[in-house]
Amino acid sequence: MVEFEVDGEPVKVFEGQTILDGLRKKGIDTPTLCYGETLRPANVCRVCVVEIEGARVLAPSCSRKAEPGMKVRTDSERVRHSRRLVLEFLASSTDLSTAPEAEAYCAEYEAAPERYGPPAPPDPDRDRKRAGHHLEPDGLTAATVYAPVKVDNELYVRDYSKCILCYKCVDACGDQHQNTFAITVAGRGFDARISTEYVVELPESACVYCGNCIAVCPTGALMFKSEHDLRAAGEWDAEGQTVTTTVCPYCGVGCNLDLHVQDNRIVKVTSPADHDVTQGNLCIKGRFGFQHVQGP
Amino acid sequence: MAREIIHAGLANRSFIDRATTGFDEYAASVEAFTLAEGERLTGVPAAVIREAAHAYARADRAMICWTLGITEHHTAVDNVLSLINLSLLCGHVGRYGSGVNPLRGQNNVQGGGDMGAIPNKLTGFQDIESDAGARARFEAAWDCTIKPRYGWHLTQMFDAMERGELRTLYVIGENPAQSEANVHHARKLLDGLDFLVVQDILLTKTAALADVVLPSAASWCETEGTVTNSERRVQRVRKALDPPGEARDDLWILAELARRLGRDWGQPTAAQVWDEVRALSPMHRGMRYDRLDALGGIQWPCPDEEHPGSLRLHERLWADPVEGPLAPFSVVEHRPPYEALDASYPIRLTTGRRLESYNTGVQTNLYRSPLHRGESLDLSPEDAERLLVEEGEIVRVSSRRGAVEAPVRVDRSLRPGLAFMTLHFPDQVDSNVLTVDVTDPKSGTAEFKAAAIRVEKIAPAEGAAKATTTEPAWTSS
Repeated sequence: MVEFEVDGEPVKVFEGQTILDGLRKKGIDTPTLCYGETLRPANVCRVCVVEIEGARVLAPSCSRKAEPGMKVRTDSERVRHSRRLVLEFLASSTDLSTAPEAEAYCAEYEAAPERYGPPAPPDPDRDRKRAGHHLEPDGLTAATVYAPVKVDNELYVRDYSKCILCYKCVDACGDQHQNTFAITVAGRGFDARISTEYVVELPESACVYCGNCIAVCPTGALMFKSEHDLRAAGEWDAEGQTVTTTVCPYCGVGCNLDLHVQDNRIVKVTSPADHDVTQGNLCIKGRFGFQHVQGP
Repeated sequence: MAREIIHAGLANRSFIDRATTGFDEYAASVEAFTLAEGERLTGVPAAVIREAAHAYARADRAMICWTLGITEHHTAVDNVLSLINLSLLCGHVGRYGSGVNPLRGQNNVQGGGDMGAIPNKLTGFQDIESDAGARARFEAAWDCTIKPRYGWHLTQMFDAMERGELRTLYVIGENPAQSEANVHHARKLLDGLDFLVVQDILLTKTAALADVVLPSAASWCETEGTVTNSERRVQRVRKALDPPGEARDDLWILAELARRLGRDWGQPTAAQVWDEVRALSPMHRGMRYDRLDALGGIQWPCPDEEHPGSLRLHERLWADPVEGPLAPFSVVEHRPPYEALDASYPIRLTTGRRLESYNTGVQTNLYRSPLHRGESLDLSPEDAERLLVEEGEIVRVSSRRGAVEAPVRVDRSLRPGLAFMTLHFPDQVDSNVLTVDVTDPKSGTAEFKAAAIRVEKIAPAEGAAKATTTEPAWTSS
């Protein structure tokens, strides 16, 4: 066991566990966006940073391993200031309206993304930006990653206006879960975005529609088309939904399905990340093959 | 592979000597199968067979997983025994990360057998003929007499229909009118029954033949119960939706049927049925519902309520001395596919599945998958060139049992002489008209994986007219 100190109190974690594991064990609320329980830390969003005594810079708690005797501060002015800025930059440049925790995080850290000005409109050419093409902002609007929503198939949509480039979808599609490698990060700097090869539409890409990218997306940038359509119609009712765990009918692996049901219709399928059989992953049939129980 | 492993000195001699029987006879039986002979019989290059043999034998841990490519042959059981032989040869069994694993094609193939939905076992694999004690326990619990006699499996049922001995059939959740090999023949037998009952969630082609259709709730999301996966893990399925219309829970239908036949079972809940399973099947005894919930499912055997379930079988083979009987090697003869290729039927057809679809497509043809592409006859580039057929062209595909028309798809992963079709779109292309209904004598499984076919061009006008039928069903709705 490794013993270290959090906000003046001792905490013990197993060797190899992170500061975040210790914080959760202590019940200290810590915002996370790019962190995923089933993925290796990508270390990109910086919203979980903490201060470590004697360290020059703040450390991301999701990936920093706990060390004996470490003195960690989670609520110092420096930590709060950094988290506030991270949340303001993200919330002013991306649409976090469907990120479940974003509103609460912004309130907790008094983030005021609106002070950067009204958001710049969607850029239809964003997918084709090359390194060096980026234009100077005019200062009247907040720079955004807004781009038109991609609806190119009947199963799920990609709304990259909501993308914070956390890499989780890329990691889930790639060598950490699915090994399909249909998507990656293209472009550089503020123009960086998630793309298929040569920006082809999903049906022309290597995508196998497992939806394991949707499962790990923290902001709703990747979303079931059923959820997207219900939200667009103003009919999405998260509170009125039931979630029932059952077993996929389609093969002998025994993947667990969490069926999200609204008005006796399945509107979304997820899988518990902490279950032994597939750690939250599914294939196209389990994720999307439920139409036969609810008609057209 | 086995001969190469033995000759390269890679066999696990200490395991073989301690835990197995019949090695000498087995070694003699594979002696003729040199790498060159393997290449001649299979078309797999000798160097590749050698590489696979060495990689498997040298691995610290190795697992063989298989699906219907092994079992849908008239040598199904022999094929499985061959894989078991390989695992015994290398000691890759009964240890973490090792073993042999038939990946089941449905969420409860394992559970169906475990529950006794097979002709020779009661729940928990207790033998109907030889286990008088088990019979007595079930007779006491069910207040009935169980004849110590094996029933028929699916293939034997069709044989019995052919002989006129089976005149009434009750089908639950299966679509044999489209899924059976040599399906014209199967359909004729189903059609000739005195009485056919079909209980299903959708009006399948089999249901369309039925005298009575009992609409049932979908077992994976409209009812409660358990299923058992490939690793013997019993897990709960739960009701998330109300079934449509008058569809009823399978359990309700069976209990009602029993009542009308003079047996009042009441209306048992899934939990009550499960408790009866636990009372009668020793290997399920410790699996209380709340434990299934808490542990994310439990792998049998789980004999008591303290038992955590069993991650692996056959660990006893590593005990010193071995606990229980030694593991036997099986001598297996090489037998080629039943249907030889000849001048009239020169191409080997194998059938199978695609990622986004499921069996006869009853469920999966209803969701809007971008991966659906309808049925096709997949040919190697060489065969397509030789036959002067192009991608998308409708061709006639014939076997000794019938003919269908299907669009060509050129697939570079196929080798010359080998063609592929699925069974997912039988309303569009009835692939099982072509497949051969010769079966494995022990398992009864038909040889879906090896039919002999002929591919012919058809007149352009005729082909163009058919091309519109290649779209999956949902695109026209």
